[in-house]
Amino acid sequence: MAIQVNDAAVPVPDDPRVSLLDLLREQLHLTGTKKGCDQGACGACTVLADGERILSCLALAIQYDGRSITTIEGLGAPGALHPLQQAFVEHDGFQCGYCTPGQICSAVGMVAELRRGVPSHVTADIAAEAIPFDHDELRERMSGNLCRCGAHNGIIDAINDAYAEAAE
Amino acid sequence: MNPFTYSRAGDAAAAIAQLKNEGAKYLGGGTNLVDLMRETIERPTALVDVTGLSDAIEETDEGGLRIGAAARNTALAEHRLIRTNYPMLSRAIVAGASAQIRNMATVGGNLLQRTRCAYFYDDDGARCNKRRPGEGCDAIHGFNRMHAILGASDACVAVHPSDMAVALAALDATVHVESASGARRLPLSELHRLPGDQPQVETLLEPGELITAIELPAMPFAARSTYRKVRDRSSYAFALISVAAALELEGGRVRQVRIALGGVAHKPWRARKTEQALLGQTASEAAFRAAAQAELADARPLRDNGFKIELAERTIVAVLAELAGGAA
Repeated sequence: MAIQVNDAAVPVPDDPRVSLLDLLREQLHLTGTKKGCDQGACGACTVLADGERILSCLALAIQYDGRSITTIEGLGAPGALHPLQQAFVEHDGFQCGYCTPGQICSAVGMVAELRRGVPSHVTADIAAEAIPFDHDELRERMSGNLCRCGAHNGIIDAINDAYAEAAE
Repeated sequence: MNPFTYSRAGDAAAAIAQLKNEGAKYLGGGTNLVDLMRETIERPTALVDVTGLSDAIEETDEGGLRIGAAARNTALAEHRLIRTNYPMLSRAIVAGASAQIRNMATVGGNLLQRTRCAYFYDDDGARCNKRRPGEGCDAIHGFNRMHAILGASDACVAVHPSDMAVALAALDATVHVESASGARRLPLSELHRLPGDQPQVETLLEPGELITAIELPAMPFAARSTYRKVRDRSSYAFALISVAAALELEGGRVRQVRIALGGVAHKPWRARKTEQALLGQTASEAAFRAAAQAELADARPLRDNGFKIELAERTIVAVLAELAGGAA
């Protein structure tokens, strides 16, 4: 009974009521992942489960027994920023910073989805093999992550900067 | 959140065996049930995690598709055969929720999610016949612009929130269910019920029955199909109105059509009157409008949602015109 969190194997909580978010924050003290709405509306708690972005507030930790979770702490660290963290700094992708860990985890998962060919609501040709890496696609795909400071344009610019070249 | 026990099931038989008492519930991705448990609107005493059941998406001998109930919403939206043969289903799924939620949510759970009626959620401040049968409904005379225009009752005016289910209703999908007494199938359009005087009973599933798969029939003309959703925000919002439709014309006349509406009723609303009115007609905006009106003649607006009737009519006409291309 263990969940892999970043580089550590973590025992599953005894109480099945513990959300993945509360396990991360309250028991493991990985406080990068934020509790915003705690009801699946804001995206601040986004983490990666086996590389796929999910909402840790709507996840019971016990459901993720045997799975591998990556949080913002597992993506980068002071002095060794993830390229997307660096791009957020350069493009003013945040103001207060509260939504930022969720935005970055979400963007990492989003880019993998886009490269895999997962369509979105704005994809013109739903059957297309390759999806354009453009502004409208990025905005739609990031719509599950709210930013009260209104840094969305900087966020999209940061994602573009970190990934667009590699996508072409 | 009330205490509960948790167990995992690797297949349908194990899940059914583990669901031992009335207070137990099956758990899919948890995106709706966990939220409702936190609100103490749902208080299961035991959860049986059924995400380990089949999530396979396979072609059937009849040329359709069988989708395991544990398949995640994203897996459907991106599946090659769904995108090419049933594009309305891919489009419906990516019109719903956010990408994170679509990665978590299962097909079975999506179908059994509960209404987002704000009065249903407001346990402290509102009456709701779904939460406490017989106590009354504060939505009927409350703020109800999101609520039903078709098939509602004096007991409940809530709408079913799923986008995926609207496409499945249009596609003549079949639901496979299992319980201790055996397996059976029912049409997706008959899975959910209208509220009547028992709005707390939302489906025709028997206690303990488990959705194991969804089956899509072969429907070659559904390769020309789409889903359009009208909502208050351009993304990540529930539908005011949505339309799933497939259309086949022959010599400018409607040969086959499937159409279902979301955001209008307690269940995905198959618009059979619209379909009947269209068959054999020459494709034209006037014909599309008359067919839409045939369905919406039954609509009963509430205080705040009268706009939905015209919005539904316009959306039906726009979707059919899009599918007809230059022919209408």
